Amino acid sequence: MSYEDWMVRILFVLVLPFIGIFLGLLYKGFDRKITAMMQARIGPPIRQPFRDVKKLFMKENIVPDHAVPWIFNAAPFFALLAPLVALVYLPLGPFEPVMEGYGDLILLLYLLAIPAVAMAVGGLASGSPYATVGAQRELVLMMSYEFPLAIAAVTIAWKYESFSLATISSTPIWGQVGAMGAFGLFLIVIGLFAVLPGELSKVPFDQAEAETELGGGLFVEYSGRNLGVFYLSEAVKMVVVGTLLIALLFPHNLSQWYSFGGPEFAGYVVLNVVADVLFFLLKLLIIIFVGVSVVRVAVARFQIDKASYFYWVPMTLLGLLGTVLVVLEGAI
Amino acid sequence: MKLTKTFDKALWVFHVNSGSCNACDIEIVAALTPRYDVERFGIKLVGSPRHADVLLFTGPVTRKMKDRVMRVYEQTPDPKVVMVIGNCGSTTGVFYDSYAIDGPIDTLLPDDAHVLYVTGCPVRPENVINGVKEAWLYLEKLRGDDK
Repeated sequence: MSYEDWMVRILFVLVLPFIGIFLGLLYKGFDRKITAMMQARIGPPIRQPFRDVKKLFMKENIVPDHAVPWIFNAAPFFALLAPLVALVYLPLGPFEPVMEGYGDLILLLYLLAIPAVAMAVGGLASGSPYATVGAQRELVLMMSYEFPLAIAAVTIAWKYESFSLATISSTPIWGQVGAMGAFGLFLIVIGLFAVLPGELSKVPFDQAEAETELGGGLFVEYSGRNLGVFYLSEAVKMVVVGTLLIALLFPHNLSQWYSFGGPEFAGYVVLNVVADVLFFLLKLLIIIFVGVSVVRVAVARFQIDKASYFYWVPMTLLGLLGTVLVVLEGAI
Repeated sequence: MKLTKTFDKALWVFHVNSGSCNACDIEIVAALTPRYDVERFGIKLVGSPRHADVLLFTGPVTRKMKDRVMRVYEQTPDPKVVMVIGNCGSTTGVFYDSYAIDGPIDTLLPDDAHVLYVTGCPVRPENVINGVKEAWLYLEKLRGDDK
């Protein structure tokens, strides 16, 4: 790899976190606005999450007497860093992963587990019984949703015979399977969409935070800057999980079907890349709308044991059935 | 303690019932419903005083609640504003001079607390929202924006 390539990579690695945070807060704003509209409310302006974060960073940062200060303060940063690192290994729209060749799907699955663990550790370190309950729930939930997520990842990787996300997202999987495989993949899509709210701890899987029963759960003792960092982490995680879903199952680009202008037009390539990026952002919005906003409005919070059951039995079985269909079709 | 314009537009509210009859609490909840929808102003009800910018106190502060009221106030990170909702909290109302009451709330809080009063028995949701508007004006004055 040449010197220039590395310079470009370093530049992207420096810029991507800001893009990730910006997009995360933007989509959080969309999510809140859309949710409000579905509840026949006017809702906050799109830029409300930016204001929230700005305000949180302005506020006093309290470390409770019972807390273990260094863990308590470190947890939010680990929770934010992991999804920011994950962003570097993800194909964003028409672009290949920035660090292609240095990390794959398995690394991503581990990076996605870190925020949940960091939240649980921070909650346990804050010395509040509410946070402890929240942390235990978060860990239980994490162990539950990892199962269908792993099944989906393994199935798709099996089909491509590769864990590399660049390979997986280079050709949409739907063209490589027949009717039976497509149905299997459809089941896996359902499983992944079920994982989405759990991964992002949104209703119906927000038992760990549970505003109304645990008063904020994991975050009950967090204030000011630390809470702001958790807020950012949640926002970036939304983008990361959405992008992962797109990379695995819907890596289509607009330029596959339609290209703007011809080769005779000077800005032809740039125009198509811009169109692809916008198309990618639209896909992300649709995924967040379907997977987070609609679900959030439609259903109430599960009890923790039922949430765990939901992932372990129906969703895992659904995922396994999907895997069997995809694999069987390959065998026939 | 710095109060900027952003603070106004992202007020997170924590609600403390210090011995109220529940009427004011219901009206506060009414202000959060789709009909009044305070989330369009960035106001959000949170579950922990650690997250809060505004403390909504209802009730005349019974003896048992006195310590809790002060503790919740101390648990809230600066900068913070206190809104006393209803006649009971503002003046102890019909419980005036009762042996069981340690209120009104403002006598318990430190001198430098920013306290605003919303009156009514119970308050109307419109009045709660008006109180938030008054809080904005108050914060603007505190910052000296009008100069």
